[in-house]
Amino acid sequence: MIRRVLLHGLGRGLLTRRPGTRRGGFSLDWDGKVSEIKKKIKSILPGTPRDLLPDTSHLPPEHSDVVIVGGGVLGLSVAYWLKKLENRQGGMRVLVVERDHTYSQASTGLSVGGICQQFSLPENIQLSLFSASFLRNINEYLAVTNAPPLDLQFNPSGYLLLASEKDAAAMESNVKVQKQEGAKVCLMSPDQLRNKFPWINTEGVALASYGMENEGWFDPWCLLHGLRQKLASMGVFFCQGEVTRFVTSSQCMLTTNDEMVTLKSIHEVHVKMDHSLEYQPVECAIVINAAGAWSAQIAALAGIGKGPPGTLQGTKLPVEPRKRYVYVWHCPQGPGLETPLVADTSGAYFRREGLGSNYLGGRSPTEEEEPDPANLEVDHDFFQEKVWPHLALRVPAFETLKVQTAWAGYYDYNTFDQNGVVGPHPLVVNMYFATGFSGHGLQQAPGVGRAVAEMILEGSFQTIDLSPFLFNRFYLGEKTQENNIM
Amino acid sequence: MAAPWLSLRLVAPMWNGTRGIHRLGGAVVPEGNQKKERTMLQFLTDHFYDVEALRGYLLQREMSKVHLKNRSFTWLEEQHGPYSAGAFFILKQGGAVKFRDKEWIRPDKYGHFSPEFWNFREVPVEAVDASDCEINYEGLDNLLLLKELQSLSLQRCPHVDDWCLSRLYPLADSLQELSLAGCPRVSERGLACLYHLQNLRRLDISDLPAVSNPGLTQILVEEMLPNCQVVGVNWAEGLKLGPEEQPQDPASPVPA
Repeated sequence: MIRRVLLHGLGRGLLTRRPGTRRGGFSLDWDGKVSEIKKKIKSILPGTPRDLLPDTSHLPPEHSDVVIVGGGVLGLSVAYWLKKLENRQGGMRVLVVERDHTYSQASTGLSVGGICQQFSLPENIQLSLFSASFLRNINEYLAVTNAPPLDLQFNPSGYLLLASEKDAAAMESNVKVQKQEGAKVCLMSPDQLRNKFPWINTEGVALASYGMENEGWFDPWCLLHGLRQKLASMGVFFCQGEVTRFVTSSQCMLTTNDEMVTLKSIHEVHVKMDHSLEYQPVECAIVINAAGAWSAQIAALAGIGKGPPGTLQGTKLPVEPRKRYVYVWHCPQGPGLETPLVADTSGAYFRREGLGSNYLGGRSPTEEEEPDPANLEVDHDFFQEKVWPHLALRVPAFETLKVQTAWAGYYDYNTFDQNGVVGPHPLVVNMYFATGFSGHGLQQAPGVGRAVAEMILEGSFQTIDLSPFLFNRFYLGEKTQENNIM
Repeated sequence: MAAPWLSLRLVAPMWNGTRGIHRLGGAVVPEGNQKKERTMLQFLTDHFYDVEALRGYLLQREMSKVHLKNRSFTWLEEQHGPYSAGAFFILKQGGAVKFRDKEWIRPDKYGHFSPEFWNFREVPVEAVDASDCEINYEGLDNLLLLKELQSLSLQRCPHVDDWCLSRLYPLADSLQELSLAGCPRVSERGLACLYHLQNLRRLDISDLPAVSNPGLTQILVEEMLPNCQVVGVNWAEGLKLGPEEQPQDPASPVPA
């Protein structure tokens, strides 16, 4: 348009000038004149007229109220609840920055997709219960006009946890807490177990806990897609890029004990585009770290952990990526349609997949066996030596099975106490965490998203109190330990 | 603001679109005319904020109507006992109830039913026919008050889905007959939860559009519930024809 205006203006100028500069009348060669004029403009102006309005559609906006680093299920859940709980429609501009739009290494897509309430901490149980009700009513929460309803492919088959003699007492007390919080879990003795599931070999099993309702597994991609669709309709900005720098400003303040404390606040986020040096500085008020397995790097960019060890400044975010394998096998004589997700005493777990006698499962390696998280290559020997013997012992039908495929994914593993980190950082006042769930992020995402949104909008947790999950516990050394991790 | 004359015209096709809360389960919808109305509606929704807001509001209203129908009647349990409370819920939804040794109580076409069941404090409900009722997950709270139920029919219930089936296990001791024919949201994943109902003798799973492979599902359910007669699907349905039985129709695609 500017080009046309320039041409028009210049054209008229030339026309008015012509009787003065040239003898003779008008010539009727208008097209020729236009191309001459275009050439003149090209020589006068630097570059082509296209540079006047460069295409910035791939860049994030220059200002955003909230920047969420990480576009997995936790990041999207925080964005959803921020938009849902804001007091005024359109009151908050939320930007979700995700490095990889194909989600090829994201924990969400590679997850087994289970949801269960069989935890020992009441907060975890409540988060899981709320997530179950969120998934049940997902078409009310994530309804978008014109879009078809979501089908999560939820299997309500439940979780069956097996305990040996030494873990039986802990399981009993856990089940008591779970029942108190409202989860529908029942304890079974080995005889009852044999009656109910004749394909189990109950050798070494002293007690089992079986979740009857609100437990099972679902398709995480569907949840991700539903959240993205809903967020796009609510006006959340998405950007594909990597956060490379935080620009912070500090303030020295005195505490009541007359100690000096340096409080930092992030006021700019530099988002770098893929395969180029181009970056966009985004001015922001709040940053949410939902980067999953890479959260520690984002925290380090903000200066968390840069200080003498043992002080609050020197406390790093103890989240690191840990690789976990999932194997899919076919066993025609295996357990039937009613099979729950069975977690063995040895830590091996398996569940059915579809109607065709396919199963998938794996096992968490011990500390010595931890694989190198540098890549997502699968170690098939791990299945042969560490997983299959336990499965074959527990389910004799699995002695003859054939592995079809396998994949690996990351846990955002919290090395401190294997539970999530939620809430603000005490020193970097506007960075909020929603990460470190060590394999439970997917099932607790709706609850955690709501908690972080409440923390930002109201200043404190309103529905589920997640104070045991704040960052302070790493400095104070208070572990919020969870007993069952798969 | 959209032109005022548009709002009048929109009401008629809108109702066809939002009556579709029943179609949320993906039941088969007649194409053609529906499709034309739907694309017109989609076009308007994409281009007018008012249309989008109105459609959103109407959908929310449909959903809250269903919530209202499924509100909890457990407070009636203290006054009249669990059986009467559960029976009241079913009758209010439009279903029918049969108490032990009594006749079926059905509401008439105006929704009125006889209040005699309030007197049956100690008489358990034997059979419930909740066909075409809008029962959902929350409404099952009321249905599960009927502890000695023997026969339950949930045919063509639009909101009964896999989550609801996972809640039926408290009736395992007494339930002998269950019918899920025509429920648009029930899939094979929900049918796996019926394993808890070991006393089931008759299960009807015909005409479930959300089940991906009806023949295979029928076989797996029969294996899961050996004492139960599973009705509804012909297991040979999903099988492919052998080479000698191919139809001689040149227009049909070449089979794998």
